Amino acid sequence: MANSQRYTREIPHRYRLEAQKFDSGYVTLATRYICPDSGSTKSEMITLKGTGTILTYTTINIAADSFAKQTPFAIAIIETDEGARLTAQVVDCKLEDVKIGAKVELIFRKMGEEGESGIINYAYKAVLV
Amino acid sequence: MRDVAIIGVGMTRFGELWNQSLRDMFAEAALKAMENAGVKKLDSLYVGAMSSGLYVYQEHLASVMTDYIGQRGIPATRVESACASGGLSVKSAYLEVASGMSDIVLAGGVEKMWDADDGSFILATASDQEFEAFHGVTFPGLYAMMANAYMHKYGLTREELASVPIKNHKHSVHNPNAQYPYELSFSALMKSAMVADPLRLMDCSPITDGAAAVILCPLDRAKEFTDKPIKIKGIGAATGPIALHDHKDITKLDAVRLAGERAYKMAGVGPNDIQFCEIHDCFSIAEIIVAEELGFFEYGTAGKEIAAGQGTYGGKIVLNSSGGLKAKGHPVGATGTAQIIEAVEQLKGEAGKRQVPNAKIGMTQNMGGSGGSCVVHILEAV
Repeated sequence: MANSQRYTREIPHRYRLEAQKFDSGYVTLATRYICPDSGSTKSEMITLKGTGTILTYTTINIAADSFAKQTPFAIAIIETDEGARLTAQVVDCKLEDVKIGAKVELIFRKMGEEGESGIINYAYKAVLV
Repeated sequence: MRDVAIIGVGMTRFGELWNQSLRDMFAEAALKAMENAGVKKLDSLYVGAMSSGLYVYQEHLASVMTDYIGQRGIPATRVESACASGGLSVKSAYLEVASGMSDIVLAGGVEKMWDADDGSFILATASDQEFEAFHGVTFPGLYAMMANAYMHKYGLTREELASVPIKNHKHSVHNPNAQYPYELSFSALMKSAMVADPLRLMDCSPITDGAAAVILCPLDRAKEFTDKPIKIKGIGAATGPIALHDHKDITKLDAVRLAGERAYKMAGVGPNDIQFCEIHDCFSIAEIIVAEELGFFEYGTAGKEIAAGQGTYGGKIVLNSSGGLKAKGHPVGATGTAQIIEAVEQLKGEAGKRQVPNAKIGMTQNMGGSGGSCVVHILEAV
């Protein structure tokens, strides 16, 4: 269960695909104080275009309770054209069309609700292009 | 630093232990280990558990466990590194004994998994909560993505992947503590439910209750307690990225390679010296990747080698003589300690029908999450 501040601080990357680009060239959606590759602390924020490629994928048939009603659903590791890596659901397609090397676009979608009066979660999901 | 030996071991049966609580299981394993070593008083204790708070709402295990094994007052430490908690518990105890701070130290692990309702959620807390679990990925899902990447890169076949759980179930038949000690056929595996493509239920380690404990002491005092002390010859631990998508190569587990290299260096041995290894086969693909990272097989070949019998008796190395996580069971916080118990029994020549002939040196490899942490032990009969 997320309270509002826990949810709010994730909004820049989940709603707007705001990512961090270090001077080493390393791009990450998960912002950090220090680049895991170069050790550099110099970075700028960029906005991802939202296009990328599937590196690997699977279909989730058995999920945690909060995702149980959505099964089966596809999930993939995606590398964006800027080089950021992320994990996201792949939606609006046949499960068998999700393949390594497929091109995708990230879109803004509802993820779920936390109880009747809880927060409605939104984030990126991917669609095949 | 002093040399350190294992002088006693104890564990519960692994399975659905409905009549035993978290503390009951740990106490059974700990008291068995103390009896096995012939010690009544501990100097210190370590307990590994991944998520006793989420599974049964009990934290503060240092107090709980010392209280229930008649050791109130001694120092104790709870160790957590997801599924590597039980192995890291032994490493932590090793350091306390090797440093000279304490002589008789118990290291154990425990997990009570069958009391929980939403186990997939609890296990997923060992992944990146905000960047993986939030999006609905499960642990079978993460390893399935490794499997698909590996199959795509190396051409691993479904039959080769299945050879891992089939082998481990065959080994488990002779393990009296195993949760599922029966043989598994390829057709039964392929009929089992799809959990996360390509991993079926019979590719996945089960939900398990259980506890395991070992007693450590300085090697030069070990003969006071046992005729067959087992020396901890090498230890290596390492960490990796929390998120699978941050692994540079999704078909590799860097933390396993680093932990293995450190353990080999400390022990002064290499992969060809290891006669048997307990591998963290939480999913079938894991054993294949780990066996490569530890140097037993070339990258891209472990599936073919294991399918050809190179990971069992009469092959290059015996992998998971206990039945592994798949068949013996995987009470996450206990697994790493239980792996060490299997190695001790092998090195003492007490493994019965599972015995690796003339076992002198063995290894255990315990891993957290999708490779976020790993601890490797090399043990030797002295």
